[in-house]
Amino acid sequence: MTLRTTIVLIEDEVPMLRFLRAAFGLEPVDLIEATTAREGLAQVAGRRPDLVLLDLGLPDLDGLEVVRRIREWSEVPIIVLSARGREGDKVAALDAGADDYLTKPFGVEELQARIRVALRHALRREAPEPVVTIGPLRFDFVAHTVHRDGVEVHLTPTEFKLLGALLRHPGRVITHTQLLREVWGLHTDEQVHYLRVYTAQLRGKLEVDPARPHWLLTEPGVGYRFRAE
Amino acid sequence: MSDSSRPDPDALLARMRDAAGRQQRGRLKIFLGASPGVGKTFAMLEAARAAAATGRDVVAGVVETHGRADTAALLQGLLRLPLAQHAYRGKVLEEFDLEAALARRPSLVLVDELAHTNVAGSRHAKRWQDVRELLAAGIDVSTTVNIQHIESLNDVVAQITGVTVRETIPDAILDEADELELVDVSPDVLLERLRAGKVYLPAQAERALEHFFTRGNLMALRELALRRTAQQVDAEILDWREEAGIRRAVPAAERVLVAIPATPDAPRLVRAGWRMATALRAECLVLHVETAAVRGASESDRRAVVEALRLAEELGARAQTVTGIDVGAELIAWAHEENVTRVVVGRSRAASWARRFRRSPVDRLLSAQEGIDVHVLALRDTPIGSQGGARLSPWRGSVREYAFALLWVALAAGFGFLVRDVLSTTDIAMSFLLSVAVAGARSRPGPGVAAAIASIAVFDFAFVPPYYTFAVSDGRYLVTFLVMLLVAVAVSRLTSRSREQAVAARARERQTGALLELAQELALATEPALVAEAVGRRVRDSIGAEVAVLVTGNGDSLELASPSTIILDDKELTVARWARDRRESAGFGTATLPTATAFWAPLAVASGAVGALGVRPPAGELLREPERRLFLDAVAGQAAMALERLRLIDRAQHDQVEIEGERLRSALLSSLSHDLRTPLAAVEGAASTLRRDLELVAPSVREELLSTILDEAHRMGRLIGNLLDMVRVESGSLQVQREWQSMEEVVGVALLRLDSVLAPFRTTLDVPADLPLIRIDGLLIEQVLVNLIENAVRYAGAGGEITIAAHRVGDHLAVTVGDRGPGVVPEDLERIFEKFQRGTGVAAGGIGLGLAICRAILLAHGGVIQASAREGGGLLVTFTLPLSAEQPTPVPELLS
Repeated sequence: MTLRTTIVLIEDEVPMLRFLRAAFGLEPVDLIEATTAREGLAQVAGRRPDLVLLDLGLPDLDGLEVVRRIREWSEVPIIVLSARGREGDKVAALDAGADDYLTKPFGVEELQARIRVALRHALRREAPEPVVTIGPLRFDFVAHTVHRDGVEVHLTPTEFKLLGALLRHPGRVITHTQLLREVWGLHTDEQVHYLRVYTAQLRGKLEVDPARPHWLLTEPGVGYRFRAE
Repeated sequence: MSDSSRPDPDALLARMRDAAGRQQRGRLKIFLGASPGVGKTFAMLEAARAAAATGRDVVAGVVETHGRADTAALLQGLLRLPLAQHAYRGKVLEEFDLEAALARRPSLVLVDELAHTNVAGSRHAKRWQDVRELLAAGIDVSTTVNIQHIESLNDVVAQITGVTVRETIPDAILDEADELELVDVSPDVLLERLRAGKVYLPAQAERALEHFFTRGNLMALRELALRRTAQQVDAEILDWREEAGIRRAVPAAERVLVAIPATPDAPRLVRAGWRMATALRAECLVLHVETAAVRGASESDRRAVVEALRLAEELGARAQTVTGIDVGAELIAWAHEENVTRVVVGRSRAASWARRFRRSPVDRLLSAQEGIDVHVLALRDTPIGSQGGARLSPWRGSVREYAFALLWVALAAGFGFLVRDVLSTTDIAMSFLLSVAVAGARSRPGPGVAAAIASIAVFDFAFVPPYYTFAVSDGRYLVTFLVMLLVAVAVSRLTSRSREQAVAARARERQTGALLELAQELALATEPALVAEAVGRRVRDSIGAEVAVLVTGNGDSLELASPSTIILDDKELTVARWARDRRESAGFGTATLPTATAFWAPLAVASGAVGALGVRPPAGELLREPERRLFLDAVAGQAAMALERLRLIDRAQHDQVEIEGERLRSALLSSLSHDLRTPLAAVEGAASTLRRDLELVAPSVREELLSTILDEAHRMGRLIGNLLDMVRVESGSLQVQREWQSMEEVVGVALLRLDSVLAPFRTTLDVPADLPLIRIDGLLIEQVLVNLIENAVRYAGAGGEITIAAHRVGDHLAVTVGDRGPGVVPEDLERIFEKFQRGTGVAAGGIGLGLAICRAILLAHGGVIQASAREGGGLLVTFTLPLSAEQPTPVPELLS
């Protein structure tokens, strides 16, 4: 694949810019830098990038507002960057249409993994895979079966539906609100305990050590993520 | 040899103090006139214009032109303060605006008519009090006053003119004047002005004043004014002489003691004594001896005493009330104690037959004088009891006492009949004498004398020949009768006296007792509220009044120490503040802001006022009785001392906290500078090496340097994270956002975050999958776990074992993190949760915040955290969180 990827990076802090520039230096990536939200919005509109990296703490405009404005006309994957302790901002950005988030400070491997996941989803946004294989797990959404190491695992309808919601975007974080809406049709996040109960059940059936899960990960204060590889 | 012309050191000291006070105080200039129309206001305005012309900041506070054009013309060009408006009973009344004058702070303010009574709602009842406040604020004041308004001359003027002037000013304020200017015109000129209509007279007073403006009156008033001015000038000369060290013109200081009786004439006695003292340049003391008789006197007589004492204070005399039995004895004792040279007493004009038999206090004084001159003034009415003579008012006894007395007479008579054939008449007389003595000893003089008369009658009738007639054959029996009468009177007087003494002692005892109990309670009080409650209780029990204790809070504010039924509106608070700031009583029952609902006493100690005590007496009581005031003064004094004591303790504790805080801050600073600079130095060193020698450094060393940069950056990240958490905890912005959480999941997240840190250790997990859900802030509890695990890692030693367990214990969830490190000595198990406490013996550590943050987070959750020694070595840290009584609503299972 010699296809180059265009990424718009909206970030106002010079050390972060320098770090990301270096991180993409050896990749087939065209990095377009913007240090204000307005400049970033203009670049997204003009260059039509494959992905947007957006810092939530910009000087001129709220990052959440940037996500909303992009989503008004574009489906481009957006990954937001934010500090720990600002979980509310992340959830709001995700619910407004951002695809994923990274908590500062982060390593370059983590960044690349998230970008890979986001780009992959962008390619098959319309048609989800009928069969997904991740590690020893095989999910067949047509036959409604799950196998671990070739052995079928029996799931209840709710468990299956929750799993389906997570696996539509493997590797991507899904917020509590999104999961509750998709599985139970609820429009508040009051019933977050539903998720606690069912993720625990799922871990019990899918994980080797449910207390230290490897596949079904908790994103504290935000939601859940199913590891992609 | 002593130098007789050297100034008295004490006097010199007093004068210096006086001069120092005067430098800060404003200067007072009084324009004194003999009567209205002499041109005082005119003279004042002329002087003011002259002062203004020299560039002084002169302001007319209040000037009455009475419509006279020439006076009004003088007022032109002077800055005039607008008058304050007071709404009173539907009308708007204008008054001198004291607040505005104080706020404006001119150099000199003109305040006309010093004797004016302010309209209701003003700060002070009288204008002269306004003037005093201006002076105290360092503002110079010019003012005017007529001679008939001077308190001590008030009754003299009334005698001369037949007109009683109600508005008076204390003599003391005249003495305080730095300059007294007499505005003088001859009576003829004044009368001429009057005829020409140049003197303003209020319409309603015209008739009365017609009598006033006679040539004779005006001459007498002019003489009074001239004399008063001369007296002032004289005093100034004496002051100057003393200052200059010239021999005193007056021999050793005289002291005048005025004894005031409970009679409406008492104020007159005070004025007379004061005039004498002033003329002698002597100190004036006013003494009232309170006896049981006075306590039983009529309301109006008692009020006269209070009025006289208040007057004495206003004049500048030292007024005192003492409780005693014998007025004469008290007076003599006092006169000696205070080195009094002259005593002024009153004596009733009415002839009293009793005086012929009994020595009055005046007689006693005269015989005991020893260098004391006694001045006796005729009183217009008979004083009640004690002051005129130690006469005992409750003279007559009750019916029971009479019956008792007569019973004893009957017993004596019965005994006489039984033994009349055996014993002599003299012996029977003795038995009657016994019954008279007993009756006298057990009752007041009335029944005693009645018993004597009855005994005489019965004895004479039945036992003195000729029997059964009142005739007496032997003249010697008359002597027997007389003895009986005298015994009755003597015995009963003695009895009454001791009874009175007992009553007085009891009253004193009651108040002393109340004060003593208050002192004991206050000694135990640990906070202002308790002081206020104790004071409230004692005052309520003793005089039935309600109390509010206000304490000086932050800055200048007054804060209520404990709830009170006194409504503290702006007005009451203003009075309270005034009382505190001026350290004088104010409000109800006083001359300052008397329309307040409560009497306010300052809570003052030597170093300053700590607050104010408000007392609202029961309905109908005026709180003017001397013993009430004395009691309240004592209570206020004790409360002030107690509050001051608490304040000092508080300050000491506060200082201690400050010192402790300072210690913590410096510990934090040294800790921070070390713990943040160490990783930074490593990062900087590694990075600079890599940049300079990138090609020269062996690949393995390069790898090592890069790892150093990463590890140290992580370590700094953790430190900063902890610091930020601590700041959030300390600033109170730590908010617990509770959600239903599974502890298993929270533990899982913490372990994932510490994946790389935990890698070299053996981790044992004991977290059952079926733990109940718990409502906690997942992020915060995760932080607790991360901190505990990082701590365990730090002390566990390479390859050590770390255990994490969660269990349900009753209605709590207990989570334990254990290590096999060196553990903590028992006495430190509690201390490690304090800020900036580090485990000993481990070099690479945090800054001692991790566990403190854990404790704060658990506290916010209503949980607890504690450390204990682990069996077999190591440390166990356990935190417990309460489980909610209810679990969340069950989750509906979806149908396929």
